[in-house]
Amino acid sequence: MTSVVRTRGLVKRYGRLRAVDGIDLDVRAGDVYGFLGANGSGKTTTVRMLLGLVLPTSGEVELLGERMPRAARRVLPRVGALVEGPAAYGHLSGRANLALFDAAGPGGPRRTRRRRVEEVLEQVGLGGIDRRPVRAYSLGMRQRLGLAAALLRRPELLVLDEPTNGLDPQGITEIRELLLDLHRGGTTVFLSSHLLAEVEQLCTRVGVLDRGRLVLQDELATLTAPTGATVVHTPAADRVPAVLDGRVVAVDGSRVVVRGADPAEVNALLVGAGVPVTGLALQRPSLEEVVLAAAGSSLDRVEVHR
Amino acid sequence: MIAVELRKLFRRPRTWATIAVLNALPVLVAVLVRLTDLVPRPGEGPPFLSAVLTNGSLFPLAALAIVLPLFLPIAVAVVAGDSVAGEAQAGTLRYLLVRPAGRTLLLVAKLVAVVAFVLVTVLVVAAVGYVVGTTLFDAQPLTAATGGTSVSGTGLTQQELVGRTLTAIGYVVVSMLGVAAFGLFFSTLTDSPLAAALGALAVLVASSLLFTLDAASPIAPYLPTRYWLAFVDLFRDPILWRDVVRGLALQGVYVGVLLAAAWANFTTKDVTS
Repeated sequence: MTSVVRTRGLVKRYGRLRAVDGIDLDVRAGDVYGFLGANGSGKTTTVRMLLGLVLPTSGEVELLGERMPRAARRVLPRVGALVEGPAAYGHLSGRANLALFDAAGPGGPRRTRRRRVEEVLEQVGLGGIDRRPVRAYSLGMRQRLGLAAALLRRPELLVLDEPTNGLDPQGITEIRELLLDLHRGGTTVFLSSHLLAEVEQLCTRVGVLDRGRLVLQDELATLTAPTGATVVHTPAADRVPAVLDGRVVAVDGSRVVVRGADPAEVNALLVGAGVPVTGLALQRPSLEEVVLAAAGSSLDRVEVHR
Repeated sequence: MIAVELRKLFRRPRTWATIAVLNALPVLVAVLVRLTDLVPRPGEGPPFLSAVLTNGSLFPLAALAIVLPLFLPIAVAVVAGDSVAGEAQAGTLRYLLVRPAGRTLLLVAKLVAVVAFVLVTVLVVAAVGYVVGTTLFDAQPLTAATGGTSVSGTGLTQQELVGRTLTAIGYVVVSMLGVAAFGLFFSTLTDSPLAAALGALAVLVASSLLFTLDAASPIAPYLPTRYWLAFVDLFRDPILWRDVVRGLALQGVYVGVLLAAAWANFTTKDVTS
């Protein structure tokens, strides 16, 4: 598999603070890559370094196989980006904004501009937008417009920083469908977010950033693979240890965790002994548990030093 | 990219509002002078104003002289200061750069847009001044025979007058380029367009202040505002080129150094806005 985004020992230092501290990202073609991390963990700085906005202190960035920021002129037309919220010229209409952005760089032929603008507006659900200035748009509409701007060039790689910010639940679902649709069409998506649920629903690979370090990078399926235990729900939890001697890992109210990767076998033993079973599942760690285990406490916390 | 920047500048209502406000002052002065017939004596007040009563077609020059010390530099500083910092503040700078608009190209396009603004503004002020001057005052039809009067008192033919007026307009534009260069440079330093514009204005205020101070006379020839009003010398007979040439050279140095600094800063800067 070819790498679409690759960094080696990427470091960004601000004075004594190492905002990004030697990370090796590896995003492959066809991934929906979830880039997770608490606020202030260095996500946005990393995204900006990928796009050549912030220059690394040391380390390398490769985008679509070429070195950044050296090859920006060749690479960036093939990349769509949404960085830290959308931005547009408030006194112009959405269409005028898209046309201006398209004309501002290479790779967007003027001939097809009008058609492409209409297409992406349609795609993000702003097809019927009128001539009112962006100033009058709601936050959700601006977010959609920002996404439309990212899609203007039919990019091979989408780099999205918190793309569902400001959207209502219906909007979030819509954008998720759109991203999955684009992904089926062959677009690689790099999604930076602090919303675990969003990443869990969308992504195939996950990287977790904590205080500037990449503490985890793996397939989502591997991270949330069954642990080899079975979770049993029963109103008679107190009788389970007697039946499954020595296999009970934990009891929590009506929820019992039992060693054994075959729920059917566990079920048969319990029912055979007359213990009623109301729920049965393989134990899988949630992404939240995986991330919390890998990363430390929230960076927003400011502890008292005594 | 350059076309994009020009379109952005001139499709912005604020640009035209600025130009309109800039024209209001000379028009007001013209109306007041017309109503009262009171003009400063020659050598006092804004240059050329005293000549306007006898020849309204000199009013474009008077209008330029009226806006030059303060209004025009403020407008140029605001537009130039806004050029990069305004995009940074609105967040659009990052989207232009990932488009990708090359940083050098973006800076050049901004510079061209500011120059276009200066040019359009100065021309509009001159044009409005001409219209106002010829409608409110006796406009001597400038035939080759009558001509105009130079500041030195001798006659100028119409051809000479038109040529010198255009040269003067060009000189004012170059003077304003110095202001634009300060604004653009500060604009690459900060993400606040207000700070950039005020920075450029602070330089000009400091320069005008030092110019009046005898103790500052050793550095006076190098102050950016030193030769601004030298365009008056173009209307002496014969033309007094000394200050005009020095003014051009001085602005050239300022523009060159500041643009180089702006380029060096902007192309190596982390865009975190």
